[in-house]
Amino acid sequence: MEIPYTVEVRRDTGLTNGKIGIWLFLASEVMLFGALFASYILIRTGSPTWPRGDSILNVPLATFNTIVLISSSVTMVMAWASLKRNRFGTFRIYLGSTVLLGGVFLVVKYFEYSHKFENGLFPSTNNFLALYFTLTGLHMLHVIGGMVVNAYFWGPGAKLWKTNPEWFANRVENSGLFWHFVDLVWIFLFPTLYLL
Amino acid sequence: MSQTTGTVAAPGAHASHDAHHEELGFLRKYVFSTDHKVIGIQYAVTGLLFLFFGFSLMMLMRYQLAYPGAALPLIGKLLGESRMPGGIMLPDFYNELGAMHGTIMVFLGVVPLAVGGFGNFVLPLQIGAPDMAFPKINMVSYQCFFLGGVTMLASFFVPGGAAQSGWTSYAPLAVIASQGQTFWLIGMIFLITSSLLGAVNFITTTIQLRAKGLTFMRFPFFVWAQFVTSFLLLLAFPPLEAAGIMQLMDRLAGTSFFLPSGLVVSGQVVANAGGGNPLLWQHLFWFLAHPEVYVLILPAMGIVAEIIANNTRKPLWGYKPMVYSLIFLGFMSFIVWAHHMFMTGMGTAMAAFFQTTTMIISIPSVVILTALILSLWGGSIRYNTPMLFALGFLPMFGIGGLTGLPLGLNVTDIPLHDTYYVIAHFHYVVAPGTIFGLFAGIYYWYPKATGRKMNETLGKIHFWGSLICMNVIFMPMFKLGLAGVSRRLFDGGATYGFAQPVLHLNVVSSWGAWIMALFQLPFIFNFFWSIRHGEKTGDNPWEATTIEWSAPSPPPHGNFVHAPQAYRGPYEYSVPGAAKGFAPQFEA
Repeated sequence: MEIPYTVEVRRDTGLTNGKIGIWLFLASEVMLFGALFASYILIRTGSPTWPRGDSILNVPLATFNTIVLISSSVTMVMAWASLKRNRFGTFRIYLGSTVLLGGVFLVVKYFEYSHKFENGLFPSTNNFLALYFTLTGLHMLHVIGGMVVNAYFWGPGAKLWKTNPEWFANRVENSGLFWHFVDLVWIFLFPTLYLL
Repeated sequence: MSQTTGTVAAPGAHASHDAHHEELGFLRKYVFSTDHKVIGIQYAVTGLLFLFFGFSLMMLMRYQLAYPGAALPLIGKLLGESRMPGGIMLPDFYNELGAMHGTIMVFLGVVPLAVGGFGNFVLPLQIGAPDMAFPKINMVSYQCFFLGGVTMLASFFVPGGAAQSGWTSYAPLAVIASQGQTFWLIGMIFLITSSLLGAVNFITTTIQLRAKGLTFMRFPFFVWAQFVTSFLLLLAFPPLEAAGIMQLMDRLAGTSFFLPSGLVVSGQVVANAGGGNPLLWQHLFWFLAHPEVYVLILPAMGIVAEIIANNTRKPLWGYKPMVYSLIFLGFMSFIVWAHHMFMTGMGTAMAAFFQTTTMIISIPSVVILTALILSLWGGSIRYNTPMLFALGFLPMFGIGGLTGLPLGLNVTDIPLHDTYYVIAHFHYVVAPGTIFGLFAGIYYWYPKATGRKMNETLGKIHFWGSLICMNVIFMPMFKLGLAGVSRRLFDGGATYGFAQPVLHLNVVSSWGAWIMALFQLPFIFNFFWSIRHGEKTGDNPWEATTIEWSAPSPPPHGNFVHAPQAYRGPYEYSVPGAAKGFAPQFEA
């Protein structure tokens, strides 16, 4: 059985099912991270002392990671745009770069984490670090999730391009929306944790 | 876009898919099905089983409350020495039962039945859709729910038993509790994932897959109720997920999100970093759990509205104000949560704000209830089983709602907080309220799911027995609560002097609960017996007007033989001058 509006848009809403679905999902993600940011504010305002982020965390590394993630968002858009221009080869290059940049972000994060652990800084040390590890940890899970989906569309999922190119482009667009959201969360996390 | 894309695949294509459907094996058809009707039935049956299980936990507790310290014959021995040595219940086990009764009834019983069951089965049919917008995600949603349920059940068998900190899992108590609490948190994360996937699916389906001509103001009220409910699930659950992650971190990684500095447990200062905020848990929990109350009640209101319109043979009185009230109610439910926290010392400014919003939110509920009652006026009412349950819902929900007003005001809440009055209040809303609505729905849509009606006589025994017993159980609790008996006492107040004059009411409540269990037997029998032996019915046995009744009973995979179309509003009954007593939405 065919579900209507998976590929073509419904005329009165102007949207496909997938597009509405991904935006609703992102709305719930906003509530998830929103609750964590709200918790950050409550715990920070309730505590007598609070360390400056840059006295514990490595700002240059995080700046590098910010640039990496923003670049990956650019390549993500380019990947989708290549599909829209019918250039499957460039699509693979751009989407592959997006996944690789996600990998670079994780590697940098791995060095940051292990450096903290070596210096005896754990989530249980204080609430600043508890929030740091929880927020960045959850964000990393989202990065990994986005990478898995993108890797799928780079590899086995790309078969759909041959049979239904428009549907495939829509899927890449939706996966891109998620990837931009993950990027955006980091853009809030970076100043909140490292700079303030 | 062609003419037919408004709804479903062309009939020709449909037939070939039917043939394909026949080839599906047992597992694909009934276990790993992507058909919204099968998933709806899976949800409903699992939800009913959990409701019965949660009720059984309560029946055990009621024995301890009625006869504190007495050995429970037979069953007491079966539960083992670690829980009930010599058949006498240990306080820890009582706490497990209390916490798990609440958790199971809310998250594994009522919500899966109301949203997962009725939402999945009825909503796509009512809007004339061939299936949900994302059938595979729908299947995964049920599987997540099932895993969450298994995790919760497994927690009874870990060392230290299941969660014991109440269904609210307040910190710091829950943080320092035994291992069962970790299972509770992991189970909740599964359940939250399940409801997130369900909510995305419901909203997308409602917006995208409604039949041609079915504008929003032509939606049956049930569709509106599910639509608003889905938004509550979508936006209110993630903060609890965040809170659950933080509590898991507190328990497993040694953080102090919810542990204050200098916390003393059993005379020892806890060696944690400290600086956490126990109130933060309550805020995040109730940010979910207050909208959750409306998740429990709105689908039931939707069901009751359908059945009342159908059996009064009249349009709903005030359909539009009801819809606007529903949307307003959904919106307001996000800003009333701290009325559960008047006793926490969060401050009078906060209390003033939240008691004001609480009083405001009672207005739309009253509008809906009033509209439903006025809908009865002048109707030639058919008293069949679904209608009896729907009519039972009205006064029971009314009692529950009105007794909530003193709890919503700061000053009157303080003496009533955490007493049996609160238990009586919200059980009137959920048990004889919501659950009656859900029973009504089961009797009403059973012919659509099976092609047969449930037995009316057994249904009436079920209704009258349940109605009387529900009141025998919960009415005395108002008096217990007003006398000041706390809801948390494992002996029901036996050790307190002031509770002595009302203690006999515990016995009344308990016998009410056990007798009510007997009155569920006709329902259980009827539910299974009618699958094969119920009275055969056509596609539209209730002479209803909404689109689901244009599909064959039971509907095939893909639902409709021809793509349905909506020509008019949902409740055109007894239209003056019309040839028939009712004008279905789907007939030109």
